[in-house]
Parts: sequence; structure tokens; C-alpha cells
Amino acid sequence: MLEKALTGSKKYWTWIFFLLILSGIGTFAYLKQFSYGLGITGLSRDVSWGLYIGQFTFLVGVAASGVMLVLPYYLHNFKQFGKITILGEFLAIAAVTMCILFIFVDMGQPMRIMNVMLYPTLNSVMFWDSVVLGGYLFLNLIVGWTVLGADSKGIAPPKWVKPLIYLSIAWAPSIHTVTAFLYAGIPGRHFWLTAIMAARFLASAFAGGPALLIILALIIRKFTKFDPGKEAVQTLGKIVTYFMITNVFFVGLELFTAFYSGIPGHMHPFKYLFVGLEGAHKLVPLMWASVIMAIVSLLILIFPAARKNESVLAVACAMVFLSLWIDKGFGLIIGGFVPNMFETVTEYWPTLPETLITIGVWAIGFLVLTVLYKIAISVREETAGIEIEH
Amino acid sequence: MYNAGKIIFGLLIFLALVTFPFYNNIGKVSAKPEPKIDTPEIQKLPENERKCVEPKDFMRGEHMQMLNDWRDSVVREDNGIYMSSQGKQFNMSLQNTCMKCHSNKKEFCDKCHNYMAVAPYCWTCHIQPKENKS
Amino acid sequence: MSMNRREFLKIAGISTIAGLGSVSLFSRLQDKTLEAAPYLQNPEAMKARRWGMVIDVSKFRDEDYKKVIEVCHRTHNVPDFKNPKDEIKWIWTDTFKHTFPGQEHEFMPQEIKERNFLLLCNHCANPACVRVCPTKATFKRQDGIVMQDMHRCIGCRFCMAACPFGARSFNYRNPREFIKEENENKEYPARMIGVVEKCTFCTERLAIGKMPACVEAAPKGGLIFGDMDDTNSEVRKALKENYTIRRKPELGTEPSVFYVIGGNGYAVVPEKS
Repeated sequence: MLEKALTGSKKYWTWIFFLLILSGIGTFAYLKQFSYGLGITGLSRDVSWGLYIGQFTFLVGVAASGVMLVLPYYLHNFKQFGKITILGEFLAIAAVTMCILFIFVDMGQPMRIMNVMLYPTLNSVMFWDSVVLGGYLFLNLIVGWTVLGADSKGIAPPKWVKPLIYLSIAWAPSIHTVTAFLYAGIPGRHFWLTAIMAARFLASAFAGGPALLIILALIIRKFTKFDPGKEAVQTLGKIVTYFMITNVFFVGLELFTAFYSGIPGHMHPFKYLFVGLEGAHKLVPLMWASVIMAIVSLLILIFPAARKNESVLAVACAMVFLSLWIDKGFGLIIGGFVPNMFETVTEYWPTLPETLITIGVWAIGFLVLTVLYKIAISVREETAGIEIEH
Repeated sequence: MYNAGKIIFGLLIFLALVTFPFYNNIGKVSAKPEPKIDTPEIQKLPENERKCVEPKDFMRGEHMQMLNDWRDSVVREDNGIYMSSQGKQFNMSLQNTCMKCHSNKKEFCDKCHNYMAVAPYCWTCHIQPKENKS
Repeated sequence: MSMNRREFLKIAGISTIAGLGSVSLFSRLQDKTLEAAPYLQNPEAMKARRWGMVIDVSKFRDEDYKKVIEVCHRTHNVPDFKNPKDEIKWIWTDTFKHTFPGQEHEFMPQEIKERNFLLLCNHCANPACVRVCPTKATFKRQDGIVMQDMHRCIGCRFCMAACPFGARSFNYRNPREFIKEENENKEYPARMIGVVEKCTFCTERLAIGKMPACVEAAPKGGLIFGDMDDTNSEVRKALKENYTIRRKPELGTEPSVFYVIGGNGYAVVPEKS
């Protein structure tokens, strides 16, 4: 089926070329980082994780969210998602690819990455995270490719793929739970040491991921002959709405516990993020942008009339996505490190090479996504009108 | 065969690239490396004690594995002493044992490593002995 | 037997993977058959079941701290980057407020508020850094020392996130360019770019029967080092005779470094020995 990605319109190739240039710039910046060291980033002794690990965390959520299409179709026989489960699975593949790349660019000794498998350490959450992420990538590749291959021939997919699909449904929450455990099990980082972390991760993932899927579905409808379906988009809109409400609720729980208990260690990170601490307030505008976008998007989403207008829905989804990207891809990580273990404040801000590398990884992810979606859409265009049976 | 011309042309390019190292080096003589062991420290030793930790042949073939084992034993298992097959005891240390005698990294280590085109990363951390530029 | 190109490629791919896999598996099995190599401990090595340290801050003046830090950092080829962002430190000083966050209050003696405290790895009995390391590059030795295997560290910095004491430093840049050649300790290695390092309680010195470098450099009685499992050890005596505190004991990591804040003696300038 890969050959379907090799033929396309001028627009398609321009887009591919654009992404290639961005990833090329990113690769060049990475080579600089490789020889100079991670000192080229804004990271320091006090803030030792930053943009890269934030993107990794956020994208694990995007990867997990594919299940929001797969689950209703396979467990509840929700027919409207039948044609687009593949979009969720392929988004998961692209997202996990980006996750792996972000971990790779964050490593001090990337050439030793296989040490994680050579010396498996069962008590390390990071070991388990690499296991569940690898497994999830594998499951989605097998399931997505097999089902789409069967569709392209107009036949039902082989029976052995069903158990793998059920497994992938159970697997999706696990990848984000384990990723939350990276943070939630660390003593001494008050911002992260919260039992609700995994739940919050899942809520934000199932809001942000489907929001991205809605935008992608609308783009696909605009630029191709394949229509993901009005009903499907609206149902996704409902999913975004409920999970965004849940996510905001969870954040509220965190705020209550921190500020009603009045424990300084619990309040300080929130203060740093939203009003600044000891004169340090680099993240304050970003965090408020995230809050405002969350509120505005919810005001749109909770009214069915507003949500039914697809352009309005698209705007709301873009705001949900950006809001969560700031919250999880940036604030969550930095808030864990500020203030530091000595209750002093060292700020962090990404440098230019760090930003270019980050953009480069996103470009590679979108390249993978574009190629996979091109294949899926070509198959759907060819088989338009034919009823598929999974 | 479809596109026979293109395929054969491609194969030729592939063959040319793969065999590049061979024809590029034809006729060039590389001298066999002869690591020098005549450092002042070794000269100082009495003739019958001028022996390495293990016999020469073993060291030549296995020194890399041995150094790996030493480092795990020292760093991870809290050992300090190596008992050689001859029953002699040595302090397990690249910097303080090996390089104390072989104080000529350039003429000793690098000679073979360069010839074999291997680049062990010992010296990114371990401090090599100061040598007279010669 | 007829076979299309697709099937051929599938079989070729699978057999390549199987071939490579079995080769590496075979070489691993061969490894096992090597006879156990004869490694011994140095008979002079200092042994303990759990090394620990008592820091009597009343014995230190700022110059003493400076000397201890310099001796440690020179002994272990710790680079000096001259900027806090890339900074690497094994042992350093900070105020009471920062050493024991949450413990200070506005009415405490000015002297304690303003005095400096010595900070280093706590060599916790229940170390969070060891728990999170994905490669066992950082691990706990039988004598309680939390050790770091520089050959194995992948530089993920999970241990830096996990350590509640800020004891760990990452080599953000090539450290070798920031160690002056005349300061190099030729008997100890440096580190490479992209690995995490910290205090080791001088395992290399304990192995040859010497006390840690900081203990030797400290004023008499300032740093008491010994076996916490031995009731007759100097550390245990110091712990028995003085009221000591530890950094963030509520987190359950069980630090092995204790502080004597100085009781009545805090204002007395210690005599130099």
C-alpha cells in the first residue's frame, strides 16, 4: 500500500517538501547539540527536564487518544467511526514515533539507548514506559496496516487481528498511566506527587487527542474526496467536551488541595506558574493563555448549538489543543522543577536550537502522519460507497 | 524482467559503492602495527619482572574484555585486586596500573587501535599519561 | 514452489532477524561459560555495612568549607564551568533555609540563619535515584554507598528529577575542557559529556583503606565518618551524644548524613587543630 503515498497532487508534495525542510533544520540543530551537549538547551542543574520531555508527555496522550475512535466502534458497534478508526490508529503511530524521538534527543548519551533493554530494571518506571510505548506502536502498526489492507481489497480483516484490537484498547490507557507514574511516584516534587496525576493525564489526553482528530478530519474533508462524516465529527466533539470538563475539574481539585491545605511546598509551583514567585514569572503569560483558552473553548463546547457549527467547533478544538499543549507540554514539567529542591527559583526557557529540534521532531511526526493518512485516504477514496465489514 | 536497464545500472552503482574500500586501498601498503613497550617505567623493572598482568598473547586478544570485566568488578562489585593466572596480584585500574607501565599511549594503544580503525572511548573520561611530544 | 516478490522479501527479512538474533544469543551463552575471574578486595579496604556521616557544623568556618570543597573537587576532577546553569558539584554549602526547607522560622538565632551548611549526597538507605534509574547505572552497594556507573549512564536525568536533595549534576558540556591540566588528579578519571555524577563517599579511597577526602580535609571532629551498623563506631557515638537532624526525613529516603547544629556551642568559634 506504501506506493499510494508516492503519487499525489502538487499541494501534497509541497507540504511533504515543507516538512522535510523543517526536519532537516531540526536534524542540523540536533547535530550541534550532539557535539556541544545538552548545555545548548535552556536546561540547567535545577531544571533538568524541559521542552523535550514536556512534548514527550503531551504526545503520549495524543497517542493514547486513538482509542477514543477504536473503542466506540469495536466495543459499542458505533458505525460512524468505522471508516475513521484508522485515523486514530495512524495518529497513534505518528505520536509514538515523536515520543521516541523526543526521548532520544533528550538523552545525554543517546548511543547507549539500548542499555535500557540490555539491563532491564523492573523497578524503574522508565523501563516500563519504554515497554508499553513500544508495545503500543507495534499493536497499532499491525492492527492499522492489516485492517486497512483488508479494506483496500474489499475483504474482511483476518480473525487474528480482533484480539489484538481488544488488547490495544486496554493498552492505550496503560501508556499514559505509566507515563504519569514517571512523575507521580517521585518523592520531594510536590507538584507531581499527586494521586490524581494519571487520571488527569488521561482526561487531558482524551480531550486534546480527539480535538486534534476533529481538526484533521475537517482538513481531510476539505482537501480530499474522503468525508470522515458529520456524525463522527459531532460525536468526537462530545467526547472532547466531556473530557475537557473532567480535565478542568481535576485541575480544580489540585488547586483546592494545594491552597486550602496551605502547605507551602504544594502552593509554590502553582504560584510560580500563575502569578510568579520571588520575582520570577516567565511562564505566567503562557499559563494564563492556557487558562483562557480552556475557559473559552468550554463555553463554546458545552452549548450544542455552537458545537454543531463545524467552523466554531474547529476553533474550540484548536483552543483545547493549544491550552492542553501549554499545560502539559510545558507547565507540568517546569512546575515540577520550580522551585527546586532547595526551595529556590531557577527559571527555564528553551533556547533557539532546542526550539528548532522540537519543531524538527514535530515535522518528522507530521511527515509520518501525512504519509500514513495519504495511504488511508487513498484506500477510502477507492472504496468509497462500498460497505466495510470489520 | 521489467526495467532491466535501470535495475542493472542500479546494481552496478551498488557494487561500485560496496567495493570502494577494496579498490581504494589496492596497492597501498599499511605497515603492521608494532606497539612499543620500551617506556622508562618498563625499562626500570628488572628483566624477569617485565611482564604484563597476563601473557602477551592473551592480552593482545582479550585486553578489551578484561578491561570491561575489571571496570564492572571495581565499580559495581567493590573489588580492587586482580589475581592473575600466574598468581600475582594487581590493582585493577586503567590509569594507575596499565598506564603506569604503558605510559606511551600514542605508541602503544593508538598504534593498533588506529590500524584496526577502532576508537574505544576510554579516554573521554580516563586521563591519559602525559607524553613527550615526539 | 513459486513465490512472489512480497513473500520472498518477508521470508528474507524474518530470516535475517532470526539469524542476527541467534548469533547474539549464542555469543551471550558463550560468555557464561567463561570461568569466574579471580577478583579480590584489597585487604586494607575499609569495610562497613552502612557508611554514614555526621557533620558537626559548629566545627566549621567558611574557610574550612572552602578547603573541603576544593579538596573534594580536585580529587575527583570535578570541572568548574563558572556558571550556575552547567554547574557540577559534589559537595557545597548553602544556608539553613535552603538546606532544611520548611524548618526555618523568623525567631531562630541569627547565627544559624546566616551560617552555611555543608551539602552532599545523603547516600540514602532507601534512595529514590536508584529506584528510578532505568539501567542500574546508579545502584546501592552492599556497604550502603549509592554509586554511579559512568560507563552505563544514558543521561536520562530521571535520577536528578527523583533526588529530593539536589545532589546530582549532569554534564551538560564536555567537562574535560573545564578542568585545568595542572589541577588534574591523574589517579582518578574525569567524566564524559551527557552523564550524571555525584559524591561517591570516595569509594576509590575506601578501597585502599583511606578515609574520604572531605573527612581528611575537614577540621578535627567536623566530619565523622563510619559504620552506622557498628555500635562502637565514631559515628554512632556522635549520634548518641548529640541531637542530630537530617534533610527531609519525612520523605522516607533515610539519609545517611546527619547534622549536629551545635546546641550551645553554635556561637563558639572552634579551635583549629
